[in-house]
Amino acid sequence: MLSQKEILSTIEMIDQQHLDIRTVTMGISLLSCCDPAPARACDKIYEKICRYAEKLVQTGQDIEAEFGIPIVNKRISVTPMALVAGASETEDYVPFALALDRAAKTCGVDFIGGYSALVQKGMTEADKKLIRSIPEALSRTELVCSSVNVGSTRAGINMDAVALMGQIVKETAAATANREGLGCAKLVVFCNAVEDNPFMAGAFHGAGEAEKVINVGVSGPGVVHHALQAVKGQPFDVVAETVKKTAFRVTRMGQLVAQEASRRLDTPFGIVDLSLAPTPAIGDSVARILEEMGLETCGTHGTTAALALLNDAVKKGGVMASSSVGGLSGAFIPVSEDEGMIAAARGGTP
Amino acid sequence: MNAIVTVIGQDRVGIIAAICNRLAGHNVNILDISQTILQGSFTMVMAVDLSAAAAPFGELSASLAELGKEMGLSIRIQREEIFNAMYTI
Repeated sequence: MLSQKEILSTIEMIDQQHLDIRTVTMGISLLSCCDPAPARACDKIYEKICRYAEKLVQTGQDIEAEFGIPIVNKRISVTPMALVAGASETEDYVPFALALDRAAKTCGVDFIGGYSALVQKGMTEADKKLIRSIPEALSRTELVCSSVNVGSTRAGINMDAVALMGQIVKETAAATANREGLGCAKLVVFCNAVEDNPFMAGAFHGAGEAEKVINVGVSGPGVVHHALQAVKGQPFDVVAETVKKTAFRVTRMGQLVAQEASRRLDTPFGIVDLSLAPTPAIGDSVARILEEMGLETCGTHGTTAALALLNDAVKKGGVMASSSVGGLSGAFIPVSEDEGMIAAARGGTP
Repeated sequence: MNAIVTVIGQDRVGIIAAICNRLAGHNVNILDISQTILQGSFTMVMAVDLSAAAAPFGELSASLAELGKEMGLSIRIQREEIFNAMYTI
């Protein structure tokens, strides 16, 4: 039997500590949409995405209402577009991005990811065409996210791709200059990109994935921060144990939502990605967790050690809680999106 | 299907009566009630059985939220599984 304390603590996590499901992302394989005629390929892409993801948003909203847990984003990820568009006889890949954008709008999702190329070891002709089309594709679409994987631990870094991406980032910023360079917010340059990442802008549905899957991303820096306040000044093992227990609870919630969404959408469950992803809101910061662990300011000596401890404990807690942990599953530390990091940078911490 | 109703807010006369009335109106059976005053605020947790409920979940939830608004309380209903998932193995 549940105790009143457990119930109220869950509600406090949701209300005050920003616990949420960051995203329910449906991965869809578009490999079956390859066609020598680009217009026909685009039609197939639009039709397939709309058919599979028709009920995604509604289902997300239903689960949100019944379980009382916010699901912040409903998204779609697709096969890296260079693999699909490569079969078409065309120099211009922008129509493929437009087809994705149209499909995303029809389904009502927040974003669609997968206008991507994987070039860690070398670039095909299709990869080159896709990369060159990114600035125009991102300036003419609203919901499409693009990513390029330029390196991996096994293959090293493809420096030709890095050089090309340098230009592409600048061109994308220029092409969307009238919208504060928004195009670049929808573009990720990766190393070691994972095939089942539910988070944008880097989400795509890898070639090794199933026809369609449901991947769920959970977050909750605020919950970890709050839990650590109770063990201030205690030894490392107590800190690690507290993070593990918290990560376990948060991931269990993600697993529940993932299973429920998978059942209702008749789509296999893929993975739960437990990532501590901050937002600029107070109480939703990874930097504040590191400071709670004992750092004077995020960025000072010991920051890397604290982050390593945090990542390790988050992963261990998460693995126990879900039948399949995947995606990035780590801590996001974007200086410009984390309230504590912003404060540390303003305060002059290197 | 079981669900948990939580009510948090300023204590006053008639909270339990109003909520029980509203639940009865939807044919929701109350299984358990526990109520305390936590740091000055009224806190009630109810376990309810929805198997004979007259309205779909969304409607029930909206109806309780509306009652909460009228009475200046936060009233929510959530399926029990979410709490079980987080606290039981």
